[in-house]
This record gives sequence, structure tokens and C-alpha cells, in this order.
Amino acid sequence: MNTTQRIALYQARDALRSRWIVLHFLAYLAVTEGMLLTGGASVKAVVGLVNVVLLLVPLVSLVFGVMRLYDARDFVLTLLTQPVRRSALFGGLYLGLAVPLAVTFAAGILVPFLVHGALGGETGVRVAALVGCGVALTLVFTAVAFLVAVRQADRVKGIGLALVTWIGFALAFDAVVLLVVTAFAQYPLERPMLVAVFLNPVDLARVLLLMLLDAAALMGYTGAVFSRFFGSVAGLSVSVAALGLWTLAPWLAARKAFVTRDF
Amino acid sequence: MPRSVFPILSLLASIVCAVPTDACARQVFDLVAAVATAQPGDTVRVPAGVYAWPTVVIDKPLVILGSGRPVLDGGSGDHELLRIESDDVEVRGLAFRGVRRSFVEDRAAIRVKEASGCRIVDNRFDDVFFGIYLARSRRCVVEDNTFVSHSEKETDGGNAVHSWHSTDLEVRNNRMEGFRDGIYLEFTTDALVMGNTSRRNLRYGLHFMFSDRCRYEDNRFESNAAGVAVMYAHEIEMRRNRFAGAWGPSAYGLLLKELKDAVVEDNRFEANSVALLVEGTDRSRFQRNAFDGNGWAVKLMANAGDNRFERNVFRNNTFDVATNSRRAYSRFEGNFWDRYRGYDLDRDGTGDVPFRPVRLFSLLVERNEPALMLLRSVLVDALDVAERFLPVLTPDNLVDEAPLMTEPAVHATRSDPRTPLAQRIERP
Amino acid sequence: MMLVPAHEAESPLVRMDGIEKSFGNHRVLAGVDVDLHRGEITALVGPNGAGKTTLIKCLLGLSRADRGRIEVEGRTVDPDGEYRRRIGYMPQNPSFPDNLTGREVIDLLREVRGGEEPGDPSIRRLLGLEGELDKPVRTLSGGTRQKLSAAVAFLFDPTLLVLDEPTAGLDPVSAAAFKDHLRHSKDRGAGILLTSHVMSDLEALCDRVLFLLDGRIRFDGTLDRLRDETGQRALERAISTLISREAA
Repeated sequence: MNTTQRIALYQARDALRSRWIVLHFLAYLAVTEGMLLTGGASVKAVVGLVNVVLLLVPLVSLVFGVMRLYDARDFVLTLLTQPVRRSALFGGLYLGLAVPLAVTFAAGILVPFLVHGALGGETGVRVAALVGCGVALTLVFTAVAFLVAVRQADRVKGIGLALVTWIGFALAFDAVVLLVVTAFAQYPLERPMLVAVFLNPVDLARVLLLMLLDAAALMGYTGAVFSRFFGSVAGLSVSVAALGLWTLAPWLAARKAFVTRDF
Repeated sequence: MPRSVFPILSLLASIVCAVPTDACARQVFDLVAAVATAQPGDTVRVPAGVYAWPTVVIDKPLVILGSGRPVLDGGSGDHELLRIESDDVEVRGLAFRGVRRSFVEDRAAIRVKEASGCRIVDNRFDDVFFGIYLARSRRCVVEDNTFVSHSEKETDGGNAVHSWHSTDLEVRNNRMEGFRDGIYLEFTTDALVMGNTSRRNLRYGLHFMFSDRCRYEDNRFESNAAGVAVMYAHEIEMRRNRFAGAWGPSAYGLLLKELKDAVVEDNRFEANSVALLVEGTDRSRFQRNAFDGNGWAVKLMANAGDNRFERNVFRNNTFDVATNSRRAYSRFEGNFWDRYRGYDLDRDGTGDVPFRPVRLFSLLVERNEPALMLLRSVLVDALDVAERFLPVLTPDNLVDEAPLMTEPAVHATRSDPRTPLAQRIERP
Repeated sequence: MMLVPAHEAESPLVRMDGIEKSFGNHRVLAGVDVDLHRGEITALVGPNGAGKTTLIKCLLGLSRADRGRIEVEGRTVDPDGEYRRRIGYMPQNPSFPDNLTGREVIDLLREVRGGEEPGDPSIRRLLGLEGELDKPVRTLSGGTRQKLSAAVAFLFDPTLLVLDEPTAGLDPVSAAAFKDHLRHSKDRGAGILLTSHVMSDLEALCDRVLFLLDGRIRFDGTLDRLRDETGQRALERAISTLISREAA
């Protein structure tokens, strides 16, 4: 085990004992169970969870991420005075939060589906995609949160910035896209729209889920660029790869900020 | 592959048959000669074998009965294989192959020309341009046949069963796959199309125009490139059919255009880009149909009027109802909508709050297609909710005043034991 | 201003040459040259904003000096942090993960150091900490956390101790025990740098006083010399005399 893993393990142990991570698990458990009870153990429950995941996962990751780092700031100082590389310490802090968040999220979704015996066939594939996208968004936005908290020393400003970031990715981005689409309806917008999707990890996750949940509707689209993109394995792989890049980019940026910053 | 091998095989056979043997006796059987010598009403038995005759013309009432499924092979494919020019002909137990496409004629394996009372039963058609072509025929039955073609482009293919200017046609329990259209009816009245499975055709599974008073029951139309199109006809009845897997920008589970007094009942629509497109269609009834997992369940154009949608089931569709108009001229009442979130305080089984099935977002997409990219965005869903409470852009009279609280039982289409379950819906 | 001739022959424990550090336009350290020695307790004093914390952070590698050179036991301060292996640090506001126990914190530090075994555990007994080590940190009082912080600082037999307000929050009995332990460490050859606002602590412990003002060392000498130069008996008064003299 290397230093990163050791630190991650202790951070994760600390996180898993705290009340908020239990609440996090219970919240997803309750929402999922509710969907399954009202909508039946089917694709419908997955559809109902899409919005919850797209909205809640970035918010929770961002808020917990910044708070966690601010709360740990003094202990981070103690760790920084140990004979440890900063990059290893950063990796440990990040994994120590992102992994418990991702695991409790995934368990909160999966346990009810397992209990209802609803993980077979098409539903299983879709639940897996939903959980996969949620985990990816957790990794992305925990990294974004760390970036915010490392660069912004003031706690209140940092939390504010995290909330603004959330509104930007979860709501404002789509509002701008909708406005542009409406305002420039007479122009060919397929390519710009496709590019826009790649600029926002929430949209990227949403479009990935669309490919599985609303394939019939997407195939009804007449534009050639979209149909080619949505109809092909290549489109799917490119989207998955892009989401992977999205988890990497903010993480690298946050790590760089952490390594070079004065504490 | 088989197409190129069989002429060689039959050539080899004719060389070997210089010495007469039991096997060769079959090879030398000549249907043309047999028909010439037969008396009306006779049964002509065709022994097993592969035959390369010129077009066989049946000009008297006969039963042509294959034993051991003899093969009529068109060789280079430049001619039709069988032509029925008499009333009361029955063709049974044969296999047909090797009819190549032609740009100048609709070349068919079997052509029925101005005949009545013909029965074409239990035959196989492999790699033929048109399968059965009926022109100006009456009271013909096409039953239990299998049609398989491997055309690659829509323009290369013919139709499996093609009928033109005929009446009282019955098409029952056939299977057709890989043609341009599975079943094509034009100016064909009083037809009964029942129990057929038409799948993976390059255009329509079923295509008919100007064909009044036809009934379509218990058929399965699956994974056809453009689905099913029904146009310019009166008093059509479609019951218990399954329309599935019509994927694409101009694919419709069922496209209805310029119909009057149609009855569409107890059908299932599953996984189509657009399950039901209703255009210029009036006074029609849509009842107890199930729409499950489609992109658009019902697209209702402004030029359709006076139609009734009752007791249908809408589940897991991306859009339940879309329309290009601010007013609705059709009525929705007592349907089950899985999106409905109302309550039923008076316990009469229908919700106390009306349901508006047209989403604001479907209107946005209708006007401006790239907006589809925002599907399931939290922002868009929030706009939808707002519009539902305070309709501004969606048709204010397109409302189900009595949405069902519980899903009614709908007719389950019969399962076809010949189609493995896993293959029932395929992506194109 | 070099003092304590006994140590002149040896290489110093810490050598700082021309340390400069600015935050934006604000110059916090304007060229600090100072050596720290084994077996010596050095007090870093100065008014708020004089640059004490920044200097400590540069020494610990928490902040990077813009200019200048820092060596600890002959090793340059570098990013991989191996030079920190023999440094014990008590921050001003000790904080540990809420849901870990003190023992787990100690285990974590041990593992972070690649399984290094802790040294002399006597400080835990001295501070009466043993009974508290299996409770989650969140249930500990501020004083107990301070004791845990002290235990952590002394955990691996450090040769250099950097202590930021170490006795703040300790009850008088613990504070006395802590100071005894500090002297004991010094006698065993450790070098100690501490800041404190508790003048009695400084008077009782320090061999040497560094007075920092506006980013420069303004006085470096023994307590006695400080008293001589300022003519003040009490350290507190001596320092305020220094400050007013500088201001003049």
C-alpha cells in the first residue's frame, strides 16, 4: 500500500463513521425505494431517478467536497509537516472522500433494486448506466470542489462558489443552450449542440443515459449528425471517454493547485 | 451462395441422368407437359427435386401439389416461375427461388392474373424479387407461406405479397422478411390480413392505399425500416396487431394518412420512434391500444379531426402525445397515462384532475429539432411542470378529463412460436 | 549577532539564508538570516503581522519562500518532504479527523511514514492522555486535543520541534508537565523553536530570543542580553521597549 492509499483509507474510515455519509446513503435508498414502490420495479424507476442523480450528485459532491476540505484544513497542515509528498497527500484526501461518496450513492441505488429483484435484463443495464454516470459525476464534482477549496481560502466564499458552480452546470448551462437554440432556430445547430454537450459533464451524463432510455425518440430525429452520433457504438464510446476526461481534468487542476499552494 | 450453386447442381444432375435411375425420374418430370395433359380439376403431383422450367402457365383449374418440397429454380432469374391464369387453382407445398430483380417489370415467383378462387398455401420463397403478385383477382387465399429475401437497398427489393385491383383477398399466417414491403395492397377492397408476421423489411411491413373495408388482425409487424403505412382508405379495422421496432426519422409503427372511419383497437405499439402518426384522418376510433416505450406514442397532426382515443395505455414513452397545433380536434378520454400524478378522492376510478398529455418540450422539439438534445434536462422538466399548471403554448383543449387511475388490462398479442423471444425487437 | 559560542563549531540544525516572502505587494519576510541549534530553545517573538507564522511555514515547507535558502540538518527544504522526518510540529489550532480515535490518528501518521515505530511515549503518560486515545476526536475537549497535538509532535523523537502557542489551552498541571518534557528533550539534544504569548513560559524556557518585526530579525540573543540591552527585567517590558525603539 502506498501513502495515497493509506491516507485515503483513514480519510474514508473517518468519512464512513460520520452522520452525513449515513444520511447520504439513506437519502438515495429512500428515493430509490420510493420510485420502485410507486412506479413498479421497471425501467420507469430508472427514468424517475435520472433527474435526481443529475441534480443531486453534483450538489452533494460539491458541497461535501468543499466543506470536507475546509474542515480538514488544520489536520491537512499536520499531514503536510510529515515526510509526505503533497501529491500523495492530495490523492489520499480526494479518494478518502470521493470513494465513500460514490460507494454510498451506488449502494443507495443498487440495494433497493436488488431487494426488488429488478436487476435483470434491460433494467439491469440501465441501472448500471445510471450508477456509472452517478459515480462519474461524483468523481468530477468532488474534484471540482477540491479545486474550489484549494484555490479559495475563505470558507464562506468557497461554499458560495461551489453553489454557483452547481447552478451553472446543473441549470444555467442548459438554460443558455435552450436560449441559443430558440434564438438561432434558423441556423444549423446540430454541431454546436453536440459540442455544448461535451462542455458540461452533467449534460454528457444525461445524453449517455438518453442513449439507453430514449433511444426510440433519438432515432426519430431527422438530423444526420445526431443520428450518426446517437446511433453508433462510436458515439457511445466517445461520450464515455469524454466523461472519463472530465473526471481527470478538474482532478489534475486541483492537484496542481494543491501542490503549489502556500498553506 | 445457393443461387450460384444450384444451376451448376442441376446441370450436373442432367449429365448424370443420361442413365435413368429412380432419382433421375424426378429430374425429368416436366410440369409444363403435366399441366398440358391434365384435365380440369386434376391434382398434379410434383416430386422432390430441383427444376429449371420456363414460366409454367396454369390455365385450367388444377391442384399443383409438391411432395418433398420440390424447388422451382429460376436459374438466371430472368423469368417468372408460375403464372395462374385460371380460376380455382391451388398451389401447395412448393419452393421458389431465383427470380432476379428487374427495372422494367414487377417480376414475381407466382403471378395471379385475373383469376378468382386461387389458393396459394404452404410454399417457400427464397431470394425472389416479388413473391406473389395478384392482379385483378378475386377471392384468393395466400396462407402459411414463408417469404425470405436478402435485398440490401429499398430500391432493389420487391414485395412479398403484392395485390393490385383485387377483392376479397385473404392473407393469413404468412411470414415475410427482407423484402421492400412485406404486404402491399393497392386498390384491394374487402381484404382480410390475419396472423402474419412481417419483419425486417426494407420499407413497410404492411403498406396499403386506396383499399377500403379491409381488416387487419393479429399480425406482427416488427423491425421494419419504415413500419406500417395505411393511406387513403375508408372503414379500415385493425385489431390485436403488434407494431414494434420501427426506428428512424421517418419510421412509424403505424402511419395513418387520409383515412375515414378507421377502427384501431387492442393493438400493441412497442419501441417505435413514432408509434402512431395520425394525419388527415377523421372519425376514427383508437381504443384499448397499448403504447409502451416509444419515442412519440401519438403524433396528431392538425388536419386530423373528430377522432376518439379511449382506454389506451401509455407507458414509458418519451412523449405521449405531440401535435403541431394549438387546438385539438380529437378527443382523449379515460386513457391510462403513467405520467399522471393526480388523485381520485371520489373513488370512481378516474382522476379528479385532468391530464394534459402534450409536453411543452415536445412543442419546442416540433418547432426546433436540435432542442431534443435537452431531453430530460432538469431545466426542461421544470419548464414542463410549469406549463402543465399554466398552459400557455400547449393546446388547452387537448386534455384527458378522466384519466384512469389504474392501468386497465389490454389485449396481449399472441406470441409467435416461430420467433424467438429475444429477437422480437431488434435495432435496425 | 551570532551567539552561544559552544555551538559555533558544529553545523547548525537549521540554517536560513536571506528568506524573502511576499503576498502580492505585501512583503512579509524581507531577508531573514538565522540559524537554530541543537539543545537550544529559541523563542520567536514579535507583534502580530511581523511574519512569525510565515517564517515557521517556510521552515516546515507549508509555504515556499520567494528567495533564500533553508537547510535542516544539512538538507535543503524540498518538495518530497523527506527532510521533515525529524521535525515535530504543534500547530496553533490542532485539528484531527472527527471520527477517528487518537490512536488511529497516531496509526495514520505511523503508516504515512512507512510504518516508522514511534519513539519515547512518556509524554502521553505525563499529559494523562492514555485513557483518551480510544475515544473519537470529536468527543475530546479542546485541552485534550491540544495534548494529542503535543503527543503527535513528540511522536517520532524529533530533533527539531516547532511549537506554535503550545501551552494555549493546557491546564496548569499539564502545562508544567509539558514544559518539563520540553526541557528534557532539549537536554537530549533537540532544537526547539516556539512562539508564545505566555511570557512566563518564555522566561522559564528560552535560551534565546528572536525578535521579528516587519519581516526582519531585529534582535537575536540570550534573554540576559535582551534584559541588558533594554534595561528591563521583565521580558514583556523588554520586548515593548524593543518595539518602541524600532518605531522611533
